[in-house]
Parts: sequence; structure tokens; C-alpha cells
Amino acid sequence: MSERCAVVGVGQTKHKSARTDVSIAGLVREAARKALDDAEMDWSDVDAVVIGKAPDMFEGVVMPELYLADALGAVGKPMMRVHTAGSVGGSTALVATGLVQAGIHERVLVAAFEKQSESDAMWALTVSQPFSAPLVAGAGGYFAPLIRGYMRRSGAPDHIGMLVAVKDRKNALRNPNAHLHLHDIDMKMVEESPMLWEPLRYLETCPSSDGACAIVLGNEATAAKVPRRPAWIHGTAMRSEPTMFAGRDQVNPQAGKDCAADVFRQAGVTDPRRDLDCAEVYVPFSWYEPMWLENLGFCADGDGWKLTESGATAFDGDIPWNPSGGVLSSNPIGASGLIRFAEAAQQVRGEAGDYQVDGARRALGHAYGGGSQFFAMWVVGSDKP
Amino acid sequence: MSGRAIEDLNEDGPVTKMHAPIRLEYRIGAGTAQSRFLRGVAEGKLLGQKCPVCSKVYMPPRGSCPIHGVPTEEEVELPDRGTVTTFCVVNIPFSDLAPEVPYVCAQVLLDGADTALFGLIAGMPAREVRMGLRVRAEWAPREEWTYNLGNIKWWEPTGEPDADYDAYKDYI
Repeated sequence: MSERCAVVGVGQTKHKSARTDVSIAGLVREAARKALDDAEMDWSDVDAVVIGKAPDMFEGVVMPELYLADALGAVGKPMMRVHTAGSVGGSTALVATGLVQAGIHERVLVAAFEKQSESDAMWALTVSQPFSAPLVAGAGGYFAPLIRGYMRRSGAPDHIGMLVAVKDRKNALRNPNAHLHLHDIDMKMVEESPMLWEPLRYLETCPSSDGACAIVLGNEATAAKVPRRPAWIHGTAMRSEPTMFAGRDQVNPQAGKDCAADVFRQAGVTDPRRDLDCAEVYVPFSWYEPMWLENLGFCADGDGWKLTESGATAFDGDIPWNPSGGVLSSNPIGASGLIRFAEAAQQVRGEAGDYQVDGARRALGHAYGGGSQFFAMWVVGSDKP
Repeated sequence: MSGRAIEDLNEDGPVTKMHAPIRLEYRIGAGTAQSRFLRGVAEGKLLGQKCPVCSKVYMPPRGSCPIHGVPTEEEVELPDRGTVTTFCVVNIPFSDLAPEVPYVCAQVLLDGADTALFGLIAGMPAREVRMGLRVRAEWAPREEWTYNLGNIKWWEPTGEPDADYDAYKDYI
């Protein structure tokens, strides 16, 4: 790529179950305004806008990118929408990164959102087709069997998921933007929460949130002028695979492995546990932490749960995962991937506040979506690549 | 809200939510390969399709092999029995469309198939369902059959011994 690219501004809403004080446009604009303020820029400084969200069916607002052009100051500028299901927040950042790296634009505003209080994700995910049985079971009904498959394959003990559920909610207590602030969270509270999709308990699943996230990306000249430290983008990768093919490993998908290998090669990361200081990884169900630890190569296959159990991924561990509290603590679906990318950037900018990992200089942002079929990742660093 | 003036809406206080329920009604043009499958289902037959390159049998078939990108023209009739590869027990009553809780959502690998179908498991207590369970299809009454896999109401235990983990572990 001809141009270096960096995150020069980050903004998020306070995520909650219902933001009744703002419309979708107000919600997205709030995050975008914060990102511009962080970069000390104004709407007129932005060359192009890239937005992402989950499928239109969720809120029933068709082509929201058209409706949001005004709110995002995009009138008269290039604006585009990215679609990759739950991974969309990550893919949106990567599409925008490409525009800067290719030298097409100098400053790009990236925004992603979901207003789950006005949406019906359950309905939108239960499309009836004659080729398969109509299963009214939600996302958990799709992923819980894969979690059971992981438990059987790895021999992981039952409590590993609960460890993650507690760890991420404790991390969220340091993050003022997190939706869930469960001050009394402990193993007992998780264990006693209702079993929704056995083996997944209520507190082992993500909440349903209203929220938005925005970042400003800039080229090298822009990064030299902004007030705060930029997060330099050291590598970007996306991969996809079909949801159904013979021999597909649904628990540990090849597309995720390939995506990680690609992004780490670009960033010069040979051992992610050693070479990275923290990671913000899309973990909407507790067990996806050990599953993605293996998929992303932080440990050998079958050892993910051991890493979680050892405390290595805790806030004070050697490779903290989701110091912000992660998707388990805030899930505005379309924004969740971008929040992972933005939180990774905040860590290497030294801007993560009370959940700052000491001395973090290189971090991974990760998102996945669909039936574990879309993956998006970036590695960001404090140093210019 | 139709027919109400903006000033009348103020009586209810400020607008705090915009629900926009949308309805999607569509006709599926199933295409040649899937039409063959659905015609089979309408006669109580489960017709898979085999990839000419890797010999993997797709169920339900989509008309091509996603790995090799070739049409799966050879049809293979599969029995309406198979193995539960994995599952979850759903305890939340989602909507009127869902069965009574608890119910079991499973992936069922038909004997001779290389991809699993999603299905409900019934005819036994949910807590007794396990990986490797052998099941057979429970069909709706014949007069209710249409061009839809919903003709199979659920899957019930056959009473055979459970399948070995090694026999299905590569299908999860």
C-alpha cells in the first residue's frame, strides 16, 4: 500500500438497552461528533463516510445509509455502506482503511450502529425457507450446539464459559460506555442465571443494546497534525467461507484461521500471545473466548480453555482479552465489530482510561459474523509501521 | 397513527421510539436442483446430491458443491434416519411460532450424507438427548405434505445404540 493509515479519533455512545432520547440518526451522529472532537476536526474536514450496520430487516429501515447522509455530514461527499452481518463493524473499518491506504482519501469517517430497542433481530434471523426446518431459536440456538461441539472436542470443564462471563463483566465495570455494569457479578450469579440455550446460560450471552461507534482514519500527513497519539494500522485482513459445505469445521473455521494468519504476517506477529499486548475479540457467547483463542493461534488446538482458566486473558494476565468488557457487556450488533477495532486502537493510543492495559503498544481488533463465516481483523500499534 | 395531526401526537408526550415492523412475503424460485429436492420431499423422499469430484453428498442439496464449484447432478436417495451430531436445549419461549419449551434443536447427519440438517428432537425428555443419538424422521400426516422440509415434524430416537464419536466428529 502506498499510504500509511492511522486511527486519529474515536467516539462511542454510552450503550444501553434503550436510548429513548435519540433517533437512529441522533445516535450515530453522537458517536461521530465524539470521534471528530477527539481528532479535533469538524465535519468539513472529512473526505468520505463509510458506514456499517446489521441487515436492514432488524430496524425495518431500508438503506439507512441514505437516510443518515445528512446526520453524518456526508452530503456532497462519497458515502458507502458495508454489509457483512455481525462482523460488519470490522469490515467497515477495513473498507475505509483501504480508501486511505490507496491514497483515494486523506480523512475518512467510519460509523456503525444498531438500535436494538427498535429492532427485531429475532424475527430478522428466523427466515422461513422450504429447504430447512423452521427453527425459532435465535442466534444462541445456532451457536450453542457448536459450543457443545467445542466442549466435547476439547474436553473443557463446564465452568470455563462462566469464567469468561465474569471476567468480561468485571472489565466492563472500568468502562463507562459499557451497557452492563453488574457490580455483584461472580460465578454464583452466572451459574444461577437461567439456562437459555443449554449449555449457554443467560449471563453467558451478550445483551441487546442501542449504541454507535465512530472512528476517524487519516493518512500520515493527517496523523502528524492531530492532538492525540494515533493508532497506526499494521495489518488488515478479511476472509469468508460458505455456511455449509461438506467437511466444514464449524467450531474452528478455516476462514478465521486464514484471516488471522494473514493479518499477523502483515504485522510481523509470529506468536500473537507474546507479540501482542491485548486483544479485543468478538465474543458474544462466553465460550467463544476459548474457541477463538485456538482459531486465532494464541494457543494450540484444544488448549484455549486452559489459557482462559489460567487467567492469561484476564485484565492482569499476560494477554488481556476484551479489557473493555467486550460484546458480552455491550452489543449494538452492527457497531460491535467497530467497537472491538476502536478499543484496540484506544489501547495503543494510551486512551483507554481505567481499562488501559499498561504499556500496550500492539493490539488485535477482531470481528466475526453470519454462521461464523465472515471474519475481519486488524492489528494496530503505537509505532509507525 | 395514520390520520393524526402532529399536534395531536404531542398529547402522548415526545416520541421516544420508532418501531417500523416490516413484512416480507416472497415466492421462492427454487431452481432446477432444489426443485428436484422439494419434489422428493413432497413424496416423503430425501434426495441428496453427490459431488462428482469429492463424492460428498449434500443434504439438503444446493445444486453445486461449494468446494469444487461443480454441479451436483447425481441424485442419492437417503434414509430418513441419522445421528445427532450436536444440539442445544432451548428454554426460552421465543414466540407463538416456537414449540413449547424446553425443546431441542439439533444437527442431524443422515446416514450417507456429508452435511447435517437442522431439526427438532422429540419423543424423549430433552435432558436425555445426547451427541451420537440415533434418530428417525417423524413425518406429518401424508395429506399435509407440501414442497417443504417442514413435512418432517421432528426427529425421534430409533432405540439403536449411540453412534461412536469418531463416526460423526468431523461433521461438527
